[in-house]
Amino acid sequence: MTCREFLALLDDLIDDTVTAETRAELQAHLGRCGHCEVVFNTTKKTIEIYRSHEIYDLPTGLRDRLHAAIMARCKKGC
Amino acid sequence: MTTIQLVAGELEPHPDVALVERVRGGDVSAYDTLVRKYERQLFRIAQHITQNREDAEDVMQDAFLKAYEKLEQFQGNSKFYTWLVRIAVNESLMRLRKRRTGKMVSIDEDIETDEGSVPRDLADWAPDPEQNYNQAELAEILRKTVQGLPQGFRVVFVLRDVEGLSTEETAETLGLSIPAVKSRLLRARLQLRERLSRYFRRNKGIQKGLPKKVL
Repeated sequence: MTCREFLALLDDLIDDTVTAETRAELQAHLGRCGHCEVVFNTTKKTIEIYRSHEIYDLPTGLRDRLHAAIMARCKKGC
Repeated sequence: MTTIQLVAGELEPHPDVALVERVRGGDVSAYDTLVRKYERQLFRIAQHITQNREDAEDVMQDAFLKAYEKLEQFQGNSKFYTWLVRIAVNESLMRLRKRRTGKMVSIDEDIETDEGSVPRDLADWAPDPEQNYNQAELAEILRKTVQGLPQGFRVVFVLRDVEGLSTEETAETLGLSIPAVKSRLLRARLQLRERLSRYFRRNKGIQKGLPKKVL
């Protein structure tokens, strides 16, 4: 497996949508390619960081105000 | 006739289905529950697309009001949340269009076509690199980095990786083919990874040695 072939399947490996056979081939490639190992680990970390950190927070006060405005209009039939 | 929506692999209807049915029967408090459940997600999506806080607030409100008005059109064969996200994405794009004085805005803009590009910055990252920054600094880094993505990549990344929609749901929501979603997601993930490397890489002095010939 070349790095380019590995890269084409990177998302499937991260999302765990590969067959056991393909997974074994990808793991074998990772075992001998430091470059792809870094790309794999840091891409996984990228996703994890974005999933676990709230970057557009909706403060409770604003959330309550927006919520009240929505519900007031819905009760009037919009 | 309403199609009963099922949670994958289970025989129980999705809890949103019962809430939607109650709203259709005139129970506004059931809609209150749905709004509480999804308002944060819709605000985030709108903020990612419009990149403007006021617009995101307006989009969130308008999307919920539109969904309420159009609830009769909701088909039980798709998730209520996915249906709601589609409305919010469309509202966000309309808002952008207004800001750009009518110029067409679509999720296809700014898409590069160089499919063959491969990662360049090969530096490994420090263990738990986000711990080198405080919460405010980290949020700013993550915001700046994702804002730098082309719109068409950013929306796909946000829906798939941040909001947890499936590839199929993302494709349906954005009116894209599944291969297009997959291609954009890969490009988005790799671009974000590369940009974050500027902040998260190990110090050069202890950088892990990497083979020169890798591709």
